[in-house]
Amino acid sequence: MAWTRDEMAARAARELQDGFYVNLGIGIPTLVSNHIPPGMSVTLQSENGMLGMGPFPLSDEVDADLINAGKQTITELPSSSYFSSSDSFAMVRGGHINLSILGAMQVAQNGDLANWMVPGKMVKGMGGAMDLVAGVKRVVVVMEHCEKSGAPKLLKACTLPLTGARVVDLVITDLAVFAVDKAAETLKLLELADGVTLDHLRDRTEARFVA
Amino acid sequence: MSRKTVATAAEALDGLLFDGMTIMAGGFGLCGIPENLIAALRAHGVRNLTVISNNCGVDGFGLGLLLENGQIRKMISSYVGENKLFEKLYLSGELELEFNPQGTLAERIRAGGAGIPAFYTKTGYGTLIAEGKETRSFNGEHYIMETALTADLSIVKAWKGDTAGNLVYRKTARNFNPMMATAGRACVVEVEHLVEPGQIDPDHIHTPSIYVDRIFQGAVFEKRIERVTTREPEQGAV
Repeated sequence: MAWTRDEMAARAARELQDGFYVNLGIGIPTLVSNHIPPGMSVTLQSENGMLGMGPFPLSDEVDADLINAGKQTITELPSSSYFSSSDSFAMVRGGHINLSILGAMQVAQNGDLANWMVPGKMVKGMGGAMDLVAGVKRVVVVMEHCEKSGAPKLLKACTLPLTGARVVDLVITDLAVFAVDKAAETLKLLELADGVTLDHLRDRTEARFVA
Repeated sequence: MSRKTVATAAEALDGLLFDGMTIMAGGFGLCGIPENLIAALRAHGVRNLTVISNNCGVDGFGLGLLLENGQIRKMISSYVGENKLFEKLYLSGELELEFNPQGTLAERIRAGGAGIPAFYTKTGYGTLIAEGKETRSFNGEHYIMETALTADLSIVKAWKGDTAGNLVYRKTARNFNPMMATAGRACVVEVEHLVEPGQIDPDHIHTPSIYVDRIFQGAVFEKRIERVTTREPEQGAV
């Protein structure tokens, strides 16, 4: 039926290309690094100031000075480099990062993205998300198709405050994959998860999409 | 001892603190924070602070120590999700908060230290962040104007420094520290290793001495980690 978190991450990994510099958000996007095809060279950027993120450390390799943007301990690779936060976001804003894969609370049919605050509740902050969606060449969202309440997350217009306007290029959910046609303000259905019918998808999607 | 070196965090802050001041504090999460200077700020009790820092520490460590002591009036940050007390003080109106996108925050500080009063960025165009800000189009793309940030004092953590004030950071503990070193009217630095001039290769210096007013070797570096995440050794790996 629906795709698992790991299957969604595997689908997102198919957006990677050899030589890409990529920023992965927290949550399902982090799992994408487990699906980089063997032989493909992909460099992961961590916006707190590192290119070339390695795997989690062994217990005796843990270093307080070496964390990712999710504040987890990580390791370096022979090709890694470190830099300041302003250099990091120069890379991001300057269009040097090929791909940003991140989570979302809502995506609209025109590519609007909301993932940083719910008014009236505690606001945790946008961190680097606004910079990433504004500056990275291609933005891929990986998220559950609906909220836990069943409410759709793919909408005609976002109801939550935006992280970026007209920024999303591709949406991967547990039910389907959509490309965003920003000019036409319409989603284009590219793939359905195994066993998911078009009717099932239509019931759970508020945004306009063409099959 | 050179003109810039002092023995302790308290001595480094002597005469620089006043209620209502603005302080920039380096670090990302708990990584690369000036923990000795934060402890000295708490001991001093200076109040009504505006603090510019990407995060606000955690409950009981980092800037969380100043928060629980009621010393912070306003935070300028990009992400504060780790701190329960922060949430409580913010929702009760006891703490003011200004969110900046992380890259905008970094660039505002860089601009502040570089004598650039404002700049244009795509980040946040069409969002709440753009409200009340000047917008302008360049080559058909929309940008918002962001202004520079400076502070009365910047507190910085480096890995190694010499007594002249040249600094080297280590791994991802660099983060906001280099820009903040340039944007405080006074800049005070704590290092893990204080060495004599000549012991750092001039080609390897990240922050040149001109930005640094006082420097000392920290007494204690707890270097707490927020999320220790490890992997298991692979079978047969050497």
